Amino acid sequence: MAETNKISAVQRISDIYEANRLKIGEGLPDWINNSRQSALDAFQRMGIPGFKNENYKYTDLTRLFERETFRRAFQPDEFEVDLKDVFSCDVPEFDTHLILVVNGWYDESNNLNKSFPEGVIIKSFQKAVTENSNLVEKYYGKLAKAVDDPLTALNTLFAQDGIFIYIPDNVHIIKPIQLINILRSEDDLFVTQRNLIIAGKNSEAKIMFCDHTLLPQNFIVNNVTEFEMDEDAVIDIYSIQNQHNKTANLTGLYIRQQRGSQLVTNSISLHGGIIRNNLNLSLDGEHAAAKICGLALTDKNQHVDNYTFIEHCKPNCQSNQLYKNILDDSSTGGFTGRIHVAPHAVKTQAYQRNNNVLLTNAAKMNTKPQLVIDNDDVKCSHGATVGRINEEALFYLQSRGINEKEARLMLMFAFAHEVLAEIKVDKLRDVIDKLVNKRLRGEVSKCHSCAMDCIRY
Amino acid sequence: MLVIKDLYAKVEGKEILKGINLTVNAGEVHVIMGPNGSGKSTLANVLAGNTNFEVTRGTVTFNGKDLLEMSADVRAKEGLFLGFQYPVEIPGVSMVNFLKTAVNEHRKYRDLPPLSAGDFLKLMREKKAMVQIDSQLTNRSVNEGFSGGEKKKNEIFQMAMLEPSLAILDETDSGLDIDALRIVSNGVNMLKTPNNATILVTHYQRLLDYIVPDFVHVLYLGRIVKSAGKELALELEEKGYDWIKKELGE
Repeated sequence: MAETNKISAVQRISDIYEANRLKIGEGLPDWINNSRQSALDAFQRMGIPGFKNENYKYTDLTRLFERETFRRAFQPDEFEVDLKDVFSCDVPEFDTHLILVVNGWYDESNNLNKSFPEGVIIKSFQKAVTENSNLVEKYYGKLAKAVDDPLTALNTLFAQDGIFIYIPDNVHIIKPIQLINILRSEDDLFVTQRNLIIAGKNSEAKIMFCDHTLLPQNFIVNNVTEFEMDEDAVIDIYSIQNQHNKTANLTGLYIRQQRGSQLVTNSISLHGGIIRNNLNLSLDGEHAAAKICGLALTDKNQHVDNYTFIEHCKPNCQSNQLYKNILDDSSTGGFTGRIHVAPHAVKTQAYQRNNNVLLTNAAKMNTKPQLVIDNDDVKCSHGATVGRINEEALFYLQSRGINEKEARLMLMFAFAHEVLAEIKVDKLRDVIDKLVNKRLRGEVSKCHSCAMDCIRY
Repeated sequence: MLVIKDLYAKVEGKEILKGINLTVNAGEVHVIMGPNGSGKSTLANVLAGNTNFEVTRGTVTFNGKDLLEMSADVRAKEGLFLGFQYPVEIPGVSMVNFLKTAVNEHRKYRDLPPLSAGDFLKLMREKKAMVQIDSQLTNRSVNEGFSGGEKKKNEIFQMAMLEPSLAILDETDSGLDIDALRIVSNGVNMLKTPNNATILVTHYQRLLDYIVPDFVHVLYLGRIVKSAGKELALELEEKGYDWIKKELGE
């Protein structure tokens, strides 16, 4: 039964591709469109990710894909309204370079007249393919290989647009770049988004992804970002996942770091029905360092699964992972932390920690470290805990006159804050602190006066 | 103020308190001594509302109200304070946030508006000076990385901030060097008024060099088997508990 369904979902998706291949490939060069055939083969070979795939052990997507008969947006949807009226992230003093992406498409009309520091390019991926073909061709599909992952194969099959960012050598962008991914459709929608980010030598930037839903329809997002960091680049990537619970957000982030580069990533999952974050990091130059963090707060039937694969390819690199989950109601979570240290990658330091708090008996967390270390000269550690709220600490707070509910919130917030403390932009940390606090309180975790209501649905 | 009648309590199915009777009036200092395992800490925790302990019989009234009906936080807001034998480290919860929340919860309970940030800091400075706690400690997470002595001083500091009518100090003196002991005792003495009362649970007479009790009680096998004035403590220090056990016919 399961076998026939699996085939049918793959077949249906293949049929969608075949029927629309001209529309999908329109305006894109052959070298991109030609990569779709091998992606299709890879997708058909691997199938829909489910329990049988070791990497997707904790997130079975077969049911999700069997049921969906969602529309595909092969071209940007037309909107009558100015999205700035609908969406306003006017956190005081939190000044960013704001970029809007709607249903996976770079929103030309709302991104006009943007000014960036000299030489910085931020534009539609589709445009970049022709206007900056030398850059795109050099990096496209080099990190995110269709043969390695079914969701990446699926993305490569349908990829049309997304964001392209290029930061030239020695350019430091002070204001954070804020990419707002908006889902807005009158019918259920399957969104494909492909991003490419290139950070030049000694460049510096902070990039923030905010994922939101504007309408209560069902959404599936299949998002892949390739990110090249050249020597000594210093980049922070923050991701706020705040979509309603009828959304499945499937993201693949592929990063390669060159010598001396420094990376921080921090993904904060607040709302969303199914969230699967794949993070693949290759430390491919000596003295590269990465701090990889994640926090997920889940309730109801939410599912959040973080999968990381850190490859230490060169000596003297450091990676440090901290992932935390607080799970309420019947929500479920997963964490898989794969680390591979290559034979010649001596003096590697690779640390990993995953701490989880279950608030109910029905909540469930799966956690799995996977360390493969191929030389002796390394410092590696990993630790995972799944526990409950510390009852002793709870009584201590209560004995000082703090009621149980408030005391629990204080302890949860304290637990979560360790991840938030890694956010280096003070204003942003304050904003996220407030969001997390509201989320834990079960209040609407809207970003200040933002018009969106992410937990209504 | 506090009237305990025929109190029985158990923890993990085991009966620890077996008929406690004790009355504490405003302005009094009571000392509870007794051999290890006699139920001293259990009594302190039961009074503070620790739900790991189950009261099976008896009554406790506190300022005329049924104490056992109240949750731990309400007991605190009614004016009861427990100084912990082992104060818990709570990483990530800052001392300032913790105390501000606690103080304002107390104020809310009494229909008072919350303290402004400025007034709160002023109050904190004042109380810190009073109990001589290191200024740096209040910039950290609750008890995190505090030494044993610092944790105990922190208990007295919290007591000063919350101004309870009844303070139960569970072995607050153990693990303290002489200087810390003096600071803690001074704190207790300074906070003493004719309107509040203190119950000290202790093993050592030396605390009583600094704090003069009105009553000394010996707790043994879950019951108060002897009560007298401060001279009883000296006698216990000298002779141990065996003579009491003999008196009880053991």
